[in-house]
Amino acid sequence: MSTYSASEIAAIPQSADEGAALAGRPLSPPALLLENGPAVFASLAWVAFGLSCLLWEDLGDWSRTHALAVAAFVIAGGILAVTASGKLLGRFAAGLQARAPWLLALGLFLSLWEVATAKFAWLPLPFFPPPQAIIEVYTDDLPKLLDSVFASVKLQLGGYAIGAAVGFLTGVSIGWSRSVGYWVHPVLRFIGPLPATAWLPFAFFTFPSSWSASTFLIALATGFPVTVLTWSGVASVSNAYYDVARTLGARPSFLVLKVAIPAALPHVFVGLFMGLGSSFAVLVVAEMIGVKAGLGWYLQWAQGWAAYSNMYAALIVMSLLCSGAITLLFRTRDRLLVWQKGVVKW
Amino acid sequence: MVEQALARRVSPLAAGAALDIEGVSHAFDIDGVVLPVLDDISFSAGPGEFVALLGPSGCGKSTLLRLVAGLEPPRSGGLREDGEPITGPFPSRVVVFQDPTLFPWRTVWDNVALGLEAQGILKRERHRVDAAIDLVGLSAFRKAYPHQLSGGMAQRVALARALVNDPKILILDEPLGKLDSLTRITMQAEIASLWQRSGFTTLLVTHDVEEAVFLANRVIVFSDRPARIKADIAVDRPYPRHRGDPRLAALRRHILGLLGLDATW
Repeated sequence: MSTYSASEIAAIPQSADEGAALAGRPLSPPALLLENGPAVFASLAWVAFGLSCLLWEDLGDWSRTHALAVAAFVIAGGILAVTASGKLLGRFAAGLQARAPWLLALGLFLSLWEVATAKFAWLPLPFFPPPQAIIEVYTDDLPKLLDSVFASVKLQLGGYAIGAAVGFLTGVSIGWSRSVGYWVHPVLRFIGPLPATAWLPFAFFTFPSSWSASTFLIALATGFPVTVLTWSGVASVSNAYYDVARTLGARPSFLVLKVAIPAALPHVFVGLFMGLGSSFAVLVVAEMIGVKAGLGWYLQWAQGWAAYSNMYAALIVMSLLCSGAITLLFRTRDRLLVWQKGVVKW
Repeated sequence: MVEQALARRVSPLAAGAALDIEGVSHAFDIDGVVLPVLDDISFSAGPGEFVALLGPSGCGKSTLLRLVAGLEPPRSGGLREDGEPITGPFPSRVVVFQDPTLFPWRTVWDNVALGLEAQGILKRERHRVDAAIDLVGLSAFRKAYPHQLSGGMAQRVALARALVNDPKILILDEPLGKLDSLTRITMQAEIASLWQRSGFTTLLVTHDVEEAVFLANRVIVFSDRPARIKADIAVDRPYPRHRGDPRLAALRRHILGLLGLDATW
């Protein structure tokens, strides 16, 4: 059975220059430039970014301008070095080449940002800090930022795990048992569509701590989509599967664990994905309002002190965490649902 | 291929069971309207007999198979396996459906292992799974997923999934109905050979008159819905049979006549 992963297939056209080298056709420098155009220009864009840091005086008092310029030159050199040694680095170089247009755009964007804020203040200054101000936050305010990340991740993980587990079990029970469905379905209809944030006031005076209140809210936001999708997944399993299992001697527990749940798993993952999205929203709101820790709280605090660079720094970290969580979920799904990939046929 | 695999087979196969169907009637409720599908059906199949059920589309043959499998109780009448009343599904009576209905999230091996796993005896009987897969000639595809198989291969896996349980009664609900004609001819021969060697009682529902007379000892012809038994015909030809056998051709013509389809013959 051949198992080409998507990334390997994507890598084939990118190694065209490898093929040319193998064929014994020498590449002249201009040809090299042409083959690796985007990467070379990306490198140039990062040089431009470094220069834009150095060419003019800063309008404000930022301590990391020189360090940033050096970092930009290092990145520019790195892009060039990896591209030139493409044959040695193989897949890594191919990956870089695939991302070269993005690196180019990023370099240009950063140069423009630098010039528009730190150098000429085309964008009003306290509200639009330059890149070096944000770097400064990461270097100087790191402990507080890390504490916030840790608090957020802890809160999110706890609430999400509880919500996903409860939602999954509820969904399976409703999908499986008519009498459970009779009682739970109306409650779900009544409570589910309510945005979890609407429970905030209730949660904060009912629960003993703001931490448990937020955990409850995150679990609620996660639980509803997971329940509904799991339920519809279990309910839509074809009767033919149950017939087959029953004629082979399956007991009810086998029908639930080995037929209904695996068949419903693709739906469950849609629910988990939706729950992840809505739980992020609840997390940030809960931290802004009640919890005295976490990235939401950090954002609120930074805004209160007009520390706008801290705000942007926290936003960037937050978006990296959220997209990281979603990537992780998708990876897990791909691993568990290999059978869904109907790619290889014979 | 089948012969070799059978020679290597480790577990002894159970002999067939007798099946008695006594005055079975059945009906469906469709939006409050009672639709009778089976009307006083009675027949018996001896141990190891191969009985084909033939009849017009939608006459209730498949419903009868569901009753034999124990997936539904009949409205009236009774069914017995070796004298014991049939009250629910049991792995001694296994069905191969028209669609292979393999579980897409399981590999071929895990699909075939389903019955042993459900009965909780997979751990000590793993070799039976391998033997069943060898038997249908899919040893190279143990780790494949159902979406990677052709229609004929998928149906072979379904057959292996049934045979691994050593059934006493094998219930075939048009298992070859959706296959192309070449695969169908091959698999007919394979089913005949499997049945001859292992001795299980076989109940085959089919639309294909040629398939019925080629495979079965007995062909039972049903009327339109609600199904009644129109004729019970013995096919007294030795196996292996030849498709060009004039006796089989005559029988086929006779049966088509019973179904009102002999105009072109």
